[in-house]
Amino acid sequence: MTATIERGSATAPVNSPKKAPARKRPGGFLGSSNGKKVVMAVTGAVMVLFLVAHMLGNLKIFFGRDSFNEYAHALRTLLEPIAPYRTLLTILEIVLVVSVVMHMWAAISLSRRASHARPVKYVAKKSQANGYATHIMRFGGVTILLFLIWHLLDLTFGVVNPEGVNSAPADRMISGFDASRWWVTLIYVVAVVMVGLHLRHGVWSAFQTLGWANRNRYRALRVTAAALSLVLVVGFLAPPLAITFGVIK
Amino acid sequence: MNLTLKVWRQSGPSDKGRMVTYHVEDVSPDMSFLEMLDVLNERLILEGDDPVAFDHDCREGICGMCGMVINGVAHGEQRATTTCQLHMRHFEDGATITIEPWRAAPFPVVKDLVVDRSAFDRIIQAGGFVSVPAGSAPDAHSIPVRKEDADAAFDAATCIGCGACVAACPNGSASLFTAAKITHLSLLPQGQPERLSRAKAMVDQMDAEGFGGCTNTGECTAVCPKGIPLDAIAQMNSDYLKANSK
Ligand code: HEM
Ligand code: SF4
Ligand code: FES
Repeated sequence: MTATIERGSATAPVNSPKKAPARKRPGGFLGSSNGKKVVMAVTGAVMVLFLVAHMLGNLKIFFGRDSFNEYAHALRTLLEPIAPYRTLLTILEIVLVVSVVMHMWAAISLSRRASHARPVKYVAKKSQANGYATHIMRFGGVTILLFLIWHLLDLTFGVVNPEGVNSAPADRMISGFDASRWWVTLIYVVAVVMVGLHLRHGVWSAFQTLGWANRNRYRALRVTAAALSLVLVVGFLAPPLAITFGVIK
Repeated sequence: MNLTLKVWRQSGPSDKGRMVTYHVEDVSPDMSFLEMLDVLNERLILEGDDPVAFDHDCREGICGMCGMVINGVAHGEQRATTTCQLHMRHFEDGATITIEPWRAAPFPVVKDLVVDRSAFDRIIQAGGFVSVPAGSAPDAHSIPVRKEDADAAFDAATCIGCGACVAACPNGSASLFTAAKITHLSLLPQGQPERLSRAKAMVDQMDAEGFGGCTNTGECTAVCPKGIPLDAIAQMNSDYLKANSK
């Protein structure tokens, strides 16, 4: 006697092949995922160049308060008398704000795409590549943004700085990182290390995004990204740490 | 070998699906991963159960049909190996193995471990071809190709369209697959006339299918059974940028 076995089909049911892509996406370069990545890479590069200049400027504090204040003053009077007070600085500020906003716009839009593309998560998932810096880009970006807000309130607008707005930049900096305010220094350390990790992946990633990377350059690009990040972290942390530990008074 | 399997079971596209635990006994270390599943399925059939559905065809690592996420890694932890070429000797006796289908919105689950990868076909249809006058086959050497270009094009052409890159990517991006298909043509003289329009059409189709964007994590190359390199993506990005700046 043959037993009849009730079971589902052994082969997968063939479903209708028509299913054209349901999702319509805003067309154009900026609507494409590649286009958004180019926006991130270009705005990221603008911000990196700014960071290098900013870091060099900060290091002037090691040459004394006057040196630092003169530099801060020079930033505002550059191009004078050809152009009015603060012309160049204002232009720079606009470029930076636009960069930050566009960078974040692209980041948010791509993150949303990514989560739509993987609605069901894996029960088990094991990373096979690169590791840490790569996987905390979004988290790192948000941390950097929060820090940026604090940083502007502290040293640019003086709102949360003991010296207030109407003080010399060097005084704001030195009082701001006073040993009694060690927790401010701690916030800076955490944030700057985050920037370093963001750029360790970000710098080489930008080259890849713009199509300038290839197998002969990967090593050099990764080394450059790591070196640049390290220089920025050390350069940005030297002044606050020196002040907190009383090297600069 | 005796193994505990935790397998994703889903009776059809509309079923919610769940992980189900099975014990498999007397597995030979010389079996391939798929043969091990065959053993399980034979038993399930005899017990009157529904066998675990999975895709496969050649079982020799060239067709790209097989593929599942094994212990959290697409095609399992053995590098440059398709699931059908993965052997049980790489697992320990008594091990617990989780088996899941590729997870991506553009790859809907058809049943259990089978997903619908026709999104890849539509990416190819969008531009993964060269338009040439048909006729009798030309002599192989009528158009000279630099050895380096021929090698790189061949490397890219080894992509079997399995979809592991999408499965492994934290963004569910199909960039490695699309880039492989774009570069294997764009490195050859025959691919030049349509080079930029091809890149644009295929990348736009990839977006339209609902795949995510690339964040250069490198998870794809790491699991790719054919070791398609990351610079294929850089090449695709470059072509796409050029196509859009014209
Ligand atoms: C304001 C908050 C920020 C957010 C939310 C953010 C987020 C992101 C994300 C999600 C990526 C893509 C990661 C990837 O490709 O894997 C990225 C890339 C990048 N970020 Fe940021 N970031 C921020 C700030 C910054 C800052 C201040 C800089 C520069 C100093 C920067 C420089 C870069 C660079 C160079 C890239 C690489 C672009 C590419 O992959 O092509 N980011 N960012
Ligand atoms: S690039 Fe590699 S992982 Fe992706 S589909 Fe092709 S062979 Fe599979
Ligand atoms: S069954 Fe053909 S590649 Fe695995």
